[in-house]
Amino acid sequence: MADSVASHTTTGSTPGVTKRDFLQLTTTAFAAVGVGAIAWPFIGSLAPSKDVLALASTEVDISPIAVGQSVTVMWRGKPVFVRHRTAEEIAAARAVPLSELKDPAPDQSRIRRDPWLVVVGVCTHLGCVPLGQKSTDAKGDYNGWFCPCHGSHYDTSARIRKGPAPTNLEVPDYSFMSDRSIRIG
Amino acid sequence: MGMGLHDSQVSNPVLRWIDQRLPVITMIQKEYGVFPTPRNFNYFWNFGALAMINLMIMIATGIFLAMNYTPHTAYAFDSVERIMRDVHFGWLIRYVHMNGASMFFVVVYVHIWRGLYYGSYKAPRELLWMLGVVIFLLMMATAFMGYVLPWGQMSFWGATVITNLFSAIPVVGPTIVTYLWGGFSVDNPTLNRFFSLHYLLPFVIVGVVFLHVAALHITGSNNPLGIEPKGPQDTLPFHPYYTIKDSVGIVVYLAVFAALVFFAPNYLGHADNYIPANPLVTPAHIVPEWYFLPFYAILRAVPDKLGGVVLMGGAIIVLFFLPWLDTSKVRSMRFRPITRIIFLLWTVNFFVLTWVGGKPAEQPYVLISQICTMFYFVYFLVVLPMMGRFEVVMKLPESISRAVLGAKASLGGGPIPGTAAAKPMEKA
Amino acid sequence: MRLLKAFALSAALFASAPALAAGGAPPPPNANFSFNSLFGTIDRASAQRGFQVYKEVCSACHAMRQLSYRNLMDLGLTEAQVREIAATFTVTDGPNDEGQMFERPGRVPDRFRRPFPNEQAARSANNGAYPPDLSVMTKARNDGANYLHALLTGYADPPAGMTMMDGMNYNRWFPGFQIAMPNVLNEDQIEYADGTKATVDQMARDVTTFLAWAAEPEMETRRAMGVKVLIFLTILGGLTYAVKRKVWADVKH
Repeated sequence: MADSVASHTTTGSTPGVTKRDFLQLTTTAFAAVGVGAIAWPFIGSLAPSKDVLALASTEVDISPIAVGQSVTVMWRGKPVFVRHRTAEEIAAARAVPLSELKDPAPDQSRIRRDPWLVVVGVCTHLGCVPLGQKSTDAKGDYNGWFCPCHGSHYDTSARIRKGPAPTNLEVPDYSFMSDRSIRIG
Repeated sequence: MGMGLHDSQVSNPVLRWIDQRLPVITMIQKEYGVFPTPRNFNYFWNFGALAMINLMIMIATGIFLAMNYTPHTAYAFDSVERIMRDVHFGWLIRYVHMNGASMFFVVVYVHIWRGLYYGSYKAPRELLWMLGVVIFLLMMATAFMGYVLPWGQMSFWGATVITNLFSAIPVVGPTIVTYLWGGFSVDNPTLNRFFSLHYLLPFVIVGVVFLHVAALHITGSNNPLGIEPKGPQDTLPFHPYYTIKDSVGIVVYLAVFAALVFFAPNYLGHADNYIPANPLVTPAHIVPEWYFLPFYAILRAVPDKLGGVVLMGGAIIVLFFLPWLDTSKVRSMRFRPITRIIFLLWTVNFFVLTWVGGKPAEQPYVLISQICTMFYFVYFLVVLPMMGRFEVVMKLPESISRAVLGAKASLGGGPIPGTAAAKPMEKA
Repeated sequence: MRLLKAFALSAALFASAPALAAGGAPPPPNANFSFNSLFGTIDRASAQRGFQVYKEVCSACHAMRQLSYRNLMDLGLTEAQVREIAATFTVTDGPNDEGQMFERPGRVPDRFRRPFPNEQAARSANNGAYPPDLSVMTKARNDGANYLHALLTGYADPPAGMTMMDGMNYNRWFPGFQIAMPNVLNEDQIEYADGTKATVDQMARDVTTFLAWAAEPEMETRRAMGVKVLIFLTILGGLTYAVKRKVWADVKH
């Protein structure tokens, strides 16, 4: 196809021929822009829709959560762990020197207000949900959470201590609306 | 070049490596590059390319709509509204798809009309024509099932009325209808299977379109004169002459399409389809989408259930026999003075059928639809067979180039560009 | 070419036939809504007042299930205002951890509260008539906006000799002239925040504008994009035609 364009546009050397070349180039460029513009809405439609974005925040009443208990809430289709930590857990989390951590982060940087720890309950390895929310669950070697899929151990600050996961459990964007409730997202 | 490799003329080494093993580039060159095409096409010959573009638009928008649509009676209507409101550009994709159906029928009706006027259905293009009729039937089925999916009042009652047509079939009719429905009325199972088939059929259409185009490239295109090209002086290579001419048509078509989508997206639809389906209340005035109206008028012209269905089906089936019903040796209506006039009247008649199909089933509309139905069939079953025998046709030009260039051509009036291409290809 | 033109013209003429065919009631008078013209936009102030009419009058019986409170931000309200409006409604949520449904104040992402839990409840509370959902009402009636405006201002005493069915009301623009919905708009029944005088026509006009926006929230975006697309296609069409002329310049056809 390209060959025949060339053969038709380069026959002879009249000025009209170069004009056609320029015109063709402009037209082709315009058409290419048009085709690109057509792709835009299709790709755009794949993004999270407005109703999905509108549900991107979740409010949680934390008043019924007793010391040492956790709840799991749904946020953007993912579990979020909200843990009312005990004084021992907090102390254990803060006693660890940063040099021992795979993904160094002080416990204070992972919380908004004591004694609450709020993290996304999705293992940073390949997306499983770690155990440790129920009192009967295995909590791993560091008394936090344990991912049964590939054996990642998280501590009481939900930091990765052992296993294949590369980073600590993610802290979502959240804020305290009062002493009794938080808003995630 | 090893044994069994295709003798590729492509210069780029990577492309040549591919082309030697799978000669797609050679094929495209041959079929869309140098393909010898009659030099005298008018703009009616754009509509095949337009239909192709339209099919691609429908499939692309349809796939993206299906990502957000829920085929369940309880959610279908709301999921369409969610597409219109919450999905980014959802309204655009949906309106393009919705109006694309109308555009598709406009384009295909003009394409069919062109075939009828210029005798494109005649030998040796009979099979090409029949494949086209198959595409038309598949389109009707696809469009009908697509219209059911938003699950509005017209969706529901259209589905009810059209599926009930099959109950006219003696003995097995009611069973067929029950099987179509998957129940005892149009309901969730019906919606589910319609969605499945609405997604499938367009790809079947793609397959038949491929055969349609393959058959076209065996016989070569017809042209407004209806005489076969006699040599290179009668043809031009498809590229660039017809690629650019088709491009002009495509841009004009897109502009009309865009005007509809952006400024009157619901003009061709029915207000009732924005009311959720209600199996207990039939809308006061139900009509199918405009592109089915001529056939709907034929259906209603007969005061007998089976008779109406048979005639409506016959209106399309008769097209399959058209190559043999038209006994004239001359293709183009340009050279058939009497048949031409009758055919133009038939065209008007088709518009009247469209109009009357949208009217209530009462007088005088019923009478008009009966007269028009009669004329529709008389043209195919009486006029065309008779005219081939009795009509005195005008003298055909000696060749396309002679008709186009005048007598000078045969005297060798200078080189004619793009005549290097040879006869219509013989399929490898 | 001549044939093509004739074909296009007659196609356009006949295409309008089905749209005109439906009906059965007198065509409503043109109320000259700004959004009904080809490039028209929605009058935001009017639509906001219309929401007030919907909220204070219509929503007692009519749901708008496709709309959420968050949509009101597209109408020009701030998030704080929307949050405040949403909180005035009580919505049912759940089930909670005990498996019970519970009530809570509305939030921004919630859908508009529906006056009745289902169609049966709506019918039983309305003398057997079902107040239709208003989400897409202007699209669900022919010439929807003009029709709604006419309907809301079209209540009158029945003409002499017309027997009204029990519980029905006479309306000049309703197909069959007998409508179950009573006249609900009365002079000054609403106090508009912007001081606009709440005449019946004004309220009908405002609520219709609101419903037109609700039915086609994409309308303004659509038209603006349409102008751009058509300008682009016009230029591309001109260029393509010029190339076509050049390519065909040396060919007699």
